[in-house]
Amino acid sequence: MTRYIRHAAAFCALLLLALLVNAARLQIVQARTYDESPANRRHTIARYGQPRGDILVGGRAVTGSRDSGEQFRFERTYRDGPLYAPVTGFASQVYGTAFLEGAADGVLAGTDPSLTPIPLWNDFTRARSPGGHVVTTLDPAAQRAAYAGLGSRRGAVAALEPSTGRILALVSTPSYDPGELSGTDAEVGRAWARLNGAADRPMLNRAVRQTYPPGSTFKVVTAAAALDAGVVRDVDAPTDSPDPYRLPGSSVRLTNEVEGCANASLRYAFEWSCNTVFAGLGVEVGLAAMRSKAAEFGFNDRKLGIPFRVSPSTFDTRVDDAQLALSSIGQYNTRATPLQMAMVAAAVANHGSVRTPHLVERTTTGDGDTVSTTGQRTLRQAMSPATAVRLREMMTDVVREGTGTNAAIPGATVGGKSGTAQHGVHNSGTPYAWFISWARAEDSMEPAVAVAVVVEGSAADRGGISGGGDAAPVARAVMKAVLDR
Amino acid sequence: MLSPGTTAQADPPAPVVPLPRRRGIEFTLIVVAVLLSVYGYCDVGLARTGSVPPGAAGYGAGLGVLALLAHLAVRLRAPCADPLLLPIAVLLNGLGLVLIHRLDLETPADRAAPTQLVWSTLGVGLFIAVVVLLRDHRVLQRYTYVSVVTALVLLVLPIFFPSVNGARIWIRVAGFSIQPGEFAKVLLAVFFAGYLAANRNALAYTGRRIWLLQLPTGRVLGPIVAVWLLSVGVLVLERDLGTSLLFFGLFVILLYVATGRTGWIAVGLLLAACGAFAVGWLEPHVHSRVEDWLHPFASVEAGLGPNQLVQSLYAFAAGGFLGTGLGLGHSTLIGFAVKSDFILATAGEELGLAGLSAIFLLYGLLVERGLRAGLAVRDPFGRLLAVGLASIVALQVFVIAGGVTGLIPLTGMAMPFLAQGGSSVVTNWIIVALLIRLSDSARGRSEEERHDRKAAP
Repeated sequence: MTRYIRHAAAFCALLLLALLVNAARLQIVQARTYDESPANRRHTIARYGQPRGDILVGGRAVTGSRDSGEQFRFERTYRDGPLYAPVTGFASQVYGTAFLEGAADGVLAGTDPSLTPIPLWNDFTRARSPGGHVVTTLDPAAQRAAYAGLGSRRGAVAALEPSTGRILALVSTPSYDPGELSGTDAEVGRAWARLNGAADRPMLNRAVRQTYPPGSTFKVVTAAAALDAGVVRDVDAPTDSPDPYRLPGSSVRLTNEVEGCANASLRYAFEWSCNTVFAGLGVEVGLAAMRSKAAEFGFNDRKLGIPFRVSPSTFDTRVDDAQLALSSIGQYNTRATPLQMAMVAAAVANHGSVRTPHLVERTTTGDGDTVSTTGQRTLRQAMSPATAVRLREMMTDVVREGTGTNAAIPGATVGGKSGTAQHGVHNSGTPYAWFISWARAEDSMEPAVAVAVVVEGSAADRGGISGGGDAAPVARAVMKAVLDR
Repeated sequence: MLSPGTTAQADPPAPVVPLPRRRGIEFTLIVVAVLLSVYGYCDVGLARTGSVPPGAAGYGAGLGVLALLAHLAVRLRAPCADPLLLPIAVLLNGLGLVLIHRLDLETPADRAAPTQLVWSTLGVGLFIAVVVLLRDHRVLQRYTYVSVVTALVLLVLPIFFPSVNGARIWIRVAGFSIQPGEFAKVLLAVFFAGYLAANRNALAYTGRRIWLLQLPTGRVLGPIVAVWLLSVGVLVLERDLGTSLLFFGLFVILLYVATGRTGWIAVGLLLAACGAFAVGWLEPHVHSRVEDWLHPFASVEAGLGPNQLVQSLYAFAAGGFLGTGLGLGHSTLIGFAVKSDFILATAGEELGLAGLSAIFLLYGLLVERGLRAGLAVRDPFGRLLAVGLASIVALQVFVIAGGVTGLIPLTGMAMPFLAQGGSSVVTNWIIVALLIRLSDSARGRSEEERHDRKAAP
């Protein structure tokens, strides 16, 4: 029997060996694959196991963390949640992250390798750095002014510092409190369903993720193209523009809302927003030049991130002349985000050059040591400096005596351009009111702020909606807040 | 060791050396085992709250007193027993209590460690009773048929009770749930050992020969196959597939050891394959287990989230080589049965591959020491009983550890000594007590013989 007992012992040893080999396979060879499996909640548990770093506006944190004592322990809280929601986004245990919370997640959650002084140190110690902070470029006063200016209306505001591309305000209304999405209880799911199902879409970031037909504000681009291309050499000389203007190759006649547009000068047409003149100029400049001019301002750029992604603004590049004419007055397939139109205004204010907009000034460790700063971003010449000077003049005229007088600020030079964009099938939608502008304090050399405002009108005010009437006062409030700083 | 068949005629007389009893070693090892467990208990507290838990002294004292009493019983009544068996049992039981206590911290509403401590006390009590009262293991052979009847009654009993979590293997009496199948394991091992010891010659050498296989006569083989079929049939009815696999393995191993016929292993494997296929095909419960084993990540890919097995694999993977440290893992994500069937996942996550290997090796040592006792005992019944008891531990560890690590399809079973479960702890203490008794009589007898030889001219 001894022999057979020894066989049984060998069999048991074999079973033991199988267990050991399998455990080694599981814990060493396949460990990484399993650890990184998206269904493995350990990552999320570790991630919420420590307070998240904060997002700072004007030196003050607009976020916070609360210890819930649950499995996903620290929940995000927001100070002035609706005001900053388009910037911060949300950090939800259930629904992930959005906007700055998402784009700077590595720093905020403490996983970014740059937060550790020694590379790979955390991998070795299985430790996690405390969450770092994100310092934004926002100006709290401008942000508040924009939010208050839009009030209960649907719309968005984007404001930039023209010389640096720093974003001073980014507002979208109606807004929501991202704090409602923190945590794991049933209330979070209900809030998510309610916010996503709401008709006026409060979670849509209209400043960077929604494109609108820019309407007449696009005439800044068309004017820059006409001046740079030499189609117009003297802004005060009459143009060869019939009123009404028959779209090339079609029987559609384009008309104006104002008088005196037939053969008007560029200055007059810009000041009073003559559709016929700019449609004709666009066709005269030609598709290739219009397309490249739009691209120089930032249209059709699919890569823009501030650092979160910005929806590309579009200028259709495959059009016939009739469509080109409409495109040149900001209709047809031309669409722009408010941020893009703020860049257009900023280019005029900044001698024709566009700085890439950015929202993050710098990131720091939990102790406040700087980890990275946003350096001088790329600069693109959107128009010649001479063209910029002329456009500054014309935009100033708009505010002084044209369609943008509501934006005037005593003691400051303000340039602007209004727009009222038609949309919908056969232009059936309530038009969008646009206003883009920049402002320079009198004692200053350079404009301090460029801003774009869009207000989606309600059905009630379809007849009365206009860029100068509805959007310009909001732009004025934002510019004043920056100038008063 | 002399093989059967040859006699000692040709051997020179063995030199007379006093056989070391090694009770001092056993005592030292028990102290180490208790200290390790207390250290683990303190470590959990330090990791969770930053302070030594107030219960540490009580826990250490309780475990220490139990271990000391067991040691005294062995010292007095089984002085020649193997000195490794008891320390291993103490260490595994202590570690199990630490792991269950650690998991209790995350489920404050459902605390299992105090109950487990009560059952462990009962287990040690029975251990002492067996060591003290059972002077000679051969007495058990008289109860071969009493054992089998009791075992079958115990197995059938749960059918009359409501099922718990899909399996009808529990009896609930006055708030306590008992798993009679656990006790039936020992009784069935006694029966197999007793019957095979009595009939092994008939089994090995009578009957017809068909091709390579020597078939014993139905009169000899019949009863044992009937008992085996009955017990496995009952377990299939109760959906306790882990235990039916265990009984099957026990049956085949003992048949092989008793008769030495390799053919039995072939027949066993063939039957096992057919049985597994038939049950896996017909029984939806098992079918899904096999599916889970073949494609553990199917539910994840389908967007339904990880199932228990995948959560268990995640836990092992999270442990890596050195583990997260006691109290710092997240094996409670496994959810249901984390303290019982899946207790090993907590060990794997918090102690790492290093700790898990240590645990496996402890079981390996326990089994090896049991088999060694089987080699040293002289009577066939004792040999078969020792092999049977050691095989029960080995098979049970393999089935559940292989299940939770994805090596084989998962079948619910208790990890000996580690897992939450009163019946299981008690049974395992009885198994260790019987192995102590067997090893004592093995070494004690040889001591007696030497003594006799010395006395002879």
